[in-house]
Amino acid sequence: MSVTRATAEVAPAAARPGRPAGFGHLLLSEWTKIRSVRSTTWTLFAFVIVTIGFAALITWVTAANWTGPHAAERDARAIADPTSIIFGVAVYLGQLTLSVLGVLVIAAEYSSGVIRASLLAVPKRLPMLLAKVFVFAILVGILAEIVAFGSFFVGSAILHTRVSVSLSDPGILRATIGAGLYLTVFGLFAMGIGTLIRHTAGAISTAVGVAFVLPILSGLLPDTSFWNHLVGYLPEQAGSLVYLVHETSSQIVLSAWQGFGVLCLWTALLLVIGGYLLRRRDA
Amino acid sequence: MIEVKDLTKRFGNKVAVDHLSFSVQPGRVTGFLGPNGAGKSTTMRLILGLDHPTSGSASIFGKPYASLANPLLTVGALLEAKSVHGGRTARNHLLFLAQTQGLPKSRVDEMLDVVGLRDVAGKRTRSYSLGMSQRLGVAAALLGDPQVLLLDEPVNGLDPEGVLWIRNLMKHLAGQGKTVLVSSHLMNEMAVTADHLIVIGRGRLLANAPTAEVVARGSGQSVRVRTPDADRLTALITDAGGSVVPGGNGGLGSDPDDKTPVLTVTGVPAARIGQIAASAAIVLHELTPQLATLEDAFLELTSDSLEFGHRIADVPAPATDGSVR
Repeated sequence: MSVTRATAEVAPAAARPGRPAGFGHLLLSEWTKIRSVRSTTWTLFAFVIVTIGFAALITWVTAANWTGPHAAERDARAIADPTSIIFGVAVYLGQLTLSVLGVLVIAAEYSSGVIRASLLAVPKRLPMLLAKVFVFAILVGILAEIVAFGSFFVGSAILHTRVSVSLSDPGILRATIGAGLYLTVFGLFAMGIGTLIRHTAGAISTAVGVAFVLPILSGLLPDTSFWNHLVGYLPEQAGSLVYLVHETSSQIVLSAWQGFGVLCLWTALLLVIGGYLLRRRDA
Repeated sequence: MIEVKDLTKRFGNKVAVDHLSFSVQPGRVTGFLGPNGAGKSTTMRLILGLDHPTSGSASIFGKPYASLANPLLTVGALLEAKSVHGGRTARNHLLFLAQTQGLPKSRVDEMLDVVGLRDVAGKRTRSYSLGMSQRLGVAAALLGDPQVLLLDEPVNGLDPEGVLWIRNLMKHLAGQGKTVLVSSHLMNEMAVTADHLIVIGRGRLLANAPTAEVVARGSGQSVRVRTPDADRLTALITDAGGSVVPGGNGGLGSDPDDKTPVLTVTGVPAARIGQIAASAAIVLHELTPQLATLEDAFLELTSDSLEFGHRIADVPAPATDGSVR
């Protein structure tokens, strides 16, 4: 770092203005961004441990206490829908870690200030957000499917002594793939919230509110058709149908894929509004 | 080349940039000078498309920043505000920027060499000193070998070595025919760096002229004279067409114990004053030409437009009635 460096020749860059770098370059750039911060490693590590860990824990508790005190109802549920035992708590908690990553991918750009460098490089802004969505969806999508199948195999092996469940049973393959899809899209949903709110803490709180608090509140609402329809279309409630085989609650007003579609629409809505604001707001 | 036309930016009721128009020419360092809060950073952010103007426009080579293809190959910017993620290494920071422009990975190492960060390129930037961060910012700005450079307060907080480095770099780049706009609130820094000055205050253009001209337009030259025979000399200088004011600034080298009266003379050069005194046999203890500095010129230009200077008296005293709100 000597002063003599000051006048070192700055060699011309290879590329020249005029030929815009393609979307592939932006994907590469976002891949560099997401892999080069520790929060990605931490949250994804936590995601794998929490999801597979809880799938194992809940199935083990269920199997070990089979027909234990007050367990008849739970046992009946395990027989009717083993995926609710395998995925229920695991996905519920696993989505928290992916929400954190989804928020951080965009909100940490604002808190660190790197958003300025990003937007100077991609002043049209929307291609950057789109590349972020793609990279997150591909990275998290692949990992979430691996974790979903891992959770299923671990959970079904532990549950095997009480309930026999295999991927070839009706609805089970769909529920397992669905668990991975749900987790991925919920991460993108959190990214949409991060794009809107731009503050890490605020955005994570909001995502947690949607994932954890709304379902609890909705349980307190009266069991009428109006409230059931309202609650049934909430992002978490609708989306979670895709990783359950047959939930028998009067609050269910959608099929599994319809519910997943509703979550996808919520996510698209947030990202579109977020993208609009990203273009409009001062960075 | 940068062109700013009738640019205005409002934040709520506050006008940060007020109908500003100027152009920045290639091949020289243009200083963008103004007191704190004058709107320098906002103007740069408007040029770079980070903020949207309320009205007016800014363009680079005739195009708005946002419509440049691969903008980093045309414009490099070093912003005052931090724009790196502290958890990312310098190499990865430059790499993701290079990738957005389709630049090869080798370009990153090249730039790390140029700014002398090669050895620490694998460290997370939160451990960097201010000087190292600034070098990383320069590397990011020069990554695409741009023709236009915008540097916002680049020497702020740097040690003398760093200041010299930035100063030489800017002159070197301007010498290559690039357009260099550098903002500062330090007049003396600009005096030695900039060939041309754009001075703003409260978002308005105060001056747009070569540095030497801005200095000359300032208070002009005066001569500090110390003599025991003040009355007689005053009369003679006045006869010669000069004007004399008793007193003067305590300059360097004047003896604090010397109680001889001091005069400040304008309109007559020091040599002529010496002749007048000699021919009338008047003893002089001191005869010092006072050069107007850029600082004088700057203070004169911006005296009406200090953003914070006039507020000191307005700070309300805390409520002392003991009431709890």
